[in-house]
Amino acid sequence: MSATSQVSPQSYNYEIVKKFTIMSLVWGILGMFTGVYIASELAWPFLNFDTPEITFGRLRPVHTTLVIFGFGGSALFATSYYIVQRTCQVRLWGELLPSYTFWGWQIAVGAAAISYMMGYTQAREYAEMVWPIDILIALTWVAYLVIYVQTIRLRSQPHIYVANWFFIAFILATAILHIFNNMAVPVSFFNLSSYSLHAGVQDAMTQWWYGHNAVGFFLTAAFLGMMYYFVPKQAGRPVYSYRLSIIHFWALIFLYMWVGAHHLHWTALPDWTSTLAATFSILLLLPSWGGMINGIMTLSGAWDRLRSDPVVRFLIVALAFYGMSTFEGPLMSLKSVNALSHYTDWTIGHVHSGALGWVAMVTFGSFYHLIPRLWETNFYSERLINVHFYLAVVGIILYISALWVAGIGQGLMWRAFDDYGNLAYTFIETVEFLHLPYVMRTLGGGLFVLGIMVMGYNVYMTIRKARLEKDEIEAKIAAKMAAAQ
Amino acid sequence: MKHETIETNAGWLIVLVFIVISIGGLAEIVPLYFIDSTVEEVKVDGVETVRPYTPLELRGRDLYQREGCYVCHSQMIRPFRDEAVRYGHYSLAAESKFDHPFQWGSKRTGPDLARVGKKYSNQWHVQHLIEPKSVVRESIMPNYPWFMENKLEYKDIAGRLKALKMVGVPYSETKQEYEDNVKRFGKDVAKFLDINQAEKNLISQALANNYDGNKDDITEMDAIVAYLQVLGTMVDFSKFDDGHFATFR
Repeated sequence: MSATSQVSPQSYNYEIVKKFTIMSLVWGILGMFTGVYIASELAWPFLNFDTPEITFGRLRPVHTTLVIFGFGGSALFATSYYIVQRTCQVRLWGELLPSYTFWGWQIAVGAAAISYMMGYTQAREYAEMVWPIDILIALTWVAYLVIYVQTIRLRSQPHIYVANWFFIAFILATAILHIFNNMAVPVSFFNLSSYSLHAGVQDAMTQWWYGHNAVGFFLTAAFLGMMYYFVPKQAGRPVYSYRLSIIHFWALIFLYMWVGAHHLHWTALPDWTSTLAATFSILLLLPSWGGMINGIMTLSGAWDRLRSDPVVRFLIVALAFYGMSTFEGPLMSLKSVNALSHYTDWTIGHVHSGALGWVAMVTFGSFYHLIPRLWETNFYSERLINVHFYLAVVGIILYISALWVAGIGQGLMWRAFDDYGNLAYTFIETVEFLHLPYVMRTLGGGLFVLGIMVMGYNVYMTIRKARLEKDEIEAKIAAKMAAAQ
Repeated sequence: MKHETIETNAGWLIVLVFIVISIGGLAEIVPLYFIDSTVEEVKVDGVETVRPYTPLELRGRDLYQREGCYVCHSQMIRPFRDEAVRYGHYSLAAESKFDHPFQWGSKRTGPDLARVGKKYSNQWHVQHLIEPKSVVRESIMPNYPWFMENKLEYKDIAGRLKALKMVGVPYSETKQEYEDNVKRFGKDVAKFLDINQAEKNLISQALANNYDGNKDDITEMDAIVAYLQVLGTMVDFSKFDDGHFATFR
């Protein structure tokens, strides 16, 4: 292995990165639009139209699956395949296998969405896919692991770059979580229904161990990997602290696996488990902020870039939201706070400050960096990147503020007693209270979707521009060749 | 070992990451299977009162999952004063011990359903499911008219019970297993847990109770209402001393 050998960009596998990038945006637009639609159903229930396929209960997993696995998952495949090649200075391992991961993943996401609308589900949050899709995902994931590890083994650099540690942890953890949470016995070989291996309290614990680590590894560790490459690249500065990245990496992956039971405070889960989860959730604040600080401080000495570079702005605001939601998370995992917040929209708001503020924003920033390099051109419009940025930020703020009002308000109403010791509000009165916050939330979500649609247009025009430029150059070369003869 | 070693060696990195991420899950999940007090024992006169679902209730539960009811309704009452007044006694682990998967939920866009059973009449449920606004004007729940229109699919019911038996639910196939169930749950319950009689039991429960008010067909409405009406009814708290179940927490 020699540190000096260079690989020319032509020899990297950029085709697979391009495919995943485009599909990420396609699923993102579809999934976020579905999100706005179901948010509208809560505000204006007639939108269910008495049609089974589009009722809230069936569409909600369509929304979560499309955005988490379709948008987020494809973005992770795209960026991790790009990063591992660039940081290892070697072409992605395998030719057919990367294509297999692309088709396997896209088919799994598409089939999952269609099957939920048809009523086929495992009824496990964020793991609703029926067993044949689970098997397809498992096989795709094994291929992903093999490709990733083989590429790292062939690296021409002695060191494995920090972004790749996070991707490795994410791939391994997701494999373990997916397999153990989806163990089930199908009704028959030709029946999509199955019954989970675990029951009741053990099943709840397994599901939320999975559920929270889908957040911890899929939506956090992996996106930190993305951050560790694109923030230094776009800022043109090295990572702030190498030592901090080591400490917060190991602490983060160790602590996350303990915290799932904070979704089960005050339930029939034994107290020892939920107390343990709350304790680790509070500890988790430290490595989470370690990552945030390491990312934001990478910009130190180049703060002016925040003013001049919209891509840096996306990345840094993403880190700010990451810091905010990883502060809010430990707060909500305290049993006394959770007693108020659990079962309310506060949880939904919290998820979205992480998912929109952190996951989506860091993805947008990374894509704005990545796409011109993949298609070897400049962005069609920098102005539209700015428009996207403001639509997204205003949308998120509206969204989470509305759901703070909804969640805290409804939580307080549920537990209010009047002077005679009766409940102060009936349940339905608390539902009526939600209407206005639900309208505001829909508006916030709508702005965010508008933002990603602006991005979609900008990306489409950029790729078109790249094609035209390429054609032009080829025409010029052809003309010169003809003239020379 | 220096961190340099891990950073320059993919094998070390993978092995160490694998170990570090395995610990939390092992420490929190595995003991739940071995600590006896995790799931309470609920016995009245030596008979267990928390029982597996009858075939009809089970099909109702399948429909509950198909429609994603768990997305808006929890089935887990917490030990708070307001929840006790609103919903009833807090939920026991034992009450979901035959639930594959659990349906505790995570959000209450609608009220908790852990003890909704026997609270309303069958007729109320039918009307409410067809058009919630007709009984609760301000409701934001979707209409489910198709429960009444769709005939219940139950050809695979024995296969479903067999799959559940494989994951540990005590449905019986042999004479011996049936006798064990008689001892454990009493004769009336044991009859409904017999896989060989699954289809017959499903039909007879639907016809005898006529949950949907339609005598001619067995509809999806029969199953979903049968399921809703059994929720939270298996433990008779008047049979236990105050604070008895607190000893398990």
